[in-house]
Amino acid sequence: MSTPRVFVPADAAAVSVGADEVAIAFEAVGAHVVRTGSRGMLWLEPLVEVETDAGRIGYANVTADDAAAVLAGEASDSHGIGVVDQHPWLTSQQRVSFARVGVVDPASVADYEAYGGWKGLRRALSLSPAEVVQEVTDSGLRGRGGAGFPAGIKWKTVLEAPSDLKFVACNFDEGDSGTFADRMVVEGDPFTLIEGMTIAAYAVGASEGYVYIRSEYPHAVAALRRAIEAAYTHGYLGRDVLGSGLDFDLHVRVGAGAYICGEESSMLESLEGRRGEVRAKPPIPAIKGLWGRPTAVNNVLTLCAVPMVLAEGGAAYAELGTGRSRGTQIFQLAGNIKQGGIVELPFGVTLRELIEEYGGGTLSGRPARAAQVGGPLGAYVPASGFDVPMAYEELAETGAMLGHGGIVVFDDTVDMARMARFAMEFCSIESCGKCTPCRIGSTRGVETLDRIIAGQDVDANLVLIDDLCDTMTKGSLCAMGGLTPMPVQSAIRHFPEDFRGSAIREGEGAPA
Amino acid sequence: MTVATSERAALVRAIAAQHLSERGPLLPVLHDVVEELGYVAREDVEAIADVLNLSVAEVHGVVSFYHDFRTTPPATHTVALCRGEACQSVGAEALYDATRDAAGGGRLGEDVEVREVFCLGNCALGPSGTVDGRLHGRLSTQRLDSLTEDWR
Repeated sequence: MSTPRVFVPADAAAVSVGADEVAIAFEAVGAHVVRTGSRGMLWLEPLVEVETDAGRIGYANVTADDAAAVLAGEASDSHGIGVVDQHPWLTSQQRVSFARVGVVDPASVADYEAYGGWKGLRRALSLSPAEVVQEVTDSGLRGRGGAGFPAGIKWKTVLEAPSDLKFVACNFDEGDSGTFADRMVVEGDPFTLIEGMTIAAYAVGASEGYVYIRSEYPHAVAALRRAIEAAYTHGYLGRDVLGSGLDFDLHVRVGAGAYICGEESSMLESLEGRRGEVRAKPPIPAIKGLWGRPTAVNNVLTLCAVPMVLAEGGAAYAELGTGRSRGTQIFQLAGNIKQGGIVELPFGVTLRELIEEYGGGTLSGRPARAAQVGGPLGAYVPASGFDVPMAYEELAETGAMLGHGGIVVFDDTVDMARMARFAMEFCSIESCGKCTPCRIGSTRGVETLDRIIAGQDVDANLVLIDDLCDTMTKGSLCAMGGLTPMPVQSAIRHFPEDFRGSAIREGEGAPA
Repeated sequence: MTVATSERAALVRAIAAQHLSERGPLLPVLHDVVEELGYVAREDVEAIADVLNLSVAEVHGVVSFYHDFRTTPPATHTVALCRGEACQSVGAEALYDATRDAAGGGRLGEDVEVREVFCLGNCALGPSGTVDGRLHGRLSTQRLDSLTEDWR
């Protein structure tokens, strides 16, 4: 019998709990190791899969010491989870963007092709650019970076902007705490992004593309650079892509540790080699973007949805979802959660289903008290509000936002006044400094919350922080200063006891 | 690392020159300088500005804007701990404080820098951090202790 193939994730999360050592151990006992992405069941990492006639059998939480036993078939009781493709956590999901992640070898062009890759690009190249834009418009695909702007409309603007030089830019500055879907899809299936960007370039008439990756993601940088090189070798990038006449060069640029560079115009400044200071709009990037040229800027997940839209047609994609939120959304379960990871489902699933059924509740085993949805600029939702459907409009109605789909769970030990203070502190550290409400407001916000936490003039200071939040919301140039009030005010609204607790204690001790 | 001044200047100029054909080459140049030499020195700023035909103020402005472009030599060892919300929900703040105290008291090793980062994209397996650049999840004071054992 030949040695079976053993799949070990090279995903950063898996590596963070020992996957590299596990891979080395399997090679040492004679296995043929293939490094893949992660299936997104992160609490099971390192999750090793062994190829059998019945399918790929999974072994969870494997250590280097287990390699020989797993290979000998002696670890089923201790680590076995059965055929991974039949795991209920996966079969109940609808994996579109993540269909290949954790399955294919992210370094292999042939593997990508075997699993349905390049179909979207081939079809796109057989259509006119305007027809490609129409397909994307018909699909209802909306920007996945957080703003939810219809991708087709953005592309149409770039296509119709007259210029001899246009760009496509991918925003891969996934800085929100609680989000890691961009990272995982690129580490596990980088050719999808390359294909999506090439389709975008064809659709809008761009000849150069830039992927802006944050420096905190070295594994993703390496995976994407390797895939781009392979794509050039096989004619999917460069001059005359697949004989279509399209010339398209794709470059990787690495950020430098600035959260604000996830803001579109700040990212463009950074790509141009400047301080990542936000640009005033208009003009919008679709008209004047990189180096003053029309530029289609999209998030990783938006671009990764494009190959499927083109391969299957816009109408097929639009069949998934709810209301004006079409297609699937990639939810990321994070923080104090027992079963954290990637859940891809059509829009509309409730927050409670995600946290309780997929997530299995908190890691600590204590009751969940709050979840922050949509990153550091998203609202804190109290446990009593977990029945909200996860879709753009439905969340907005409750004063929250979907953002990039990250969900960070907190148990009942969380101090919400501290979390509100942290939101202001984070803004004061990461503000680009261009506009006053964000630059100064965040610092004043920290000071005011410090006074509230210390129990000084709590009522007056709560009015003051509300007023400050109003100024930041209305007066900031971008979402950084404009949305920092969201976690602050939602924490005050839903958890008033955390802001008054010290005042009560103070009142008991010494009269004012 | 110690590199003679003239040798360093030549190296920085060579790095900058390598990127001259790229659009907006300043960030790639600064990344390479930090990679090769550990930090961006004041003299490097002048050399880079000269090669890229930028003003010294422009280059300095970029260096000072981004956390990654440090202007002092790095410590022998570095621990970077995530202080993002997801890691905070599983105790990152206490871990960060304890680790800073330990490093300050010399208990991690002789020349150890502990710094904060905001999100390493490992939010389901927090608290997360890097130890000399390598990513680790599910960190605790005990795990950090064993990961830094060789430093003492």
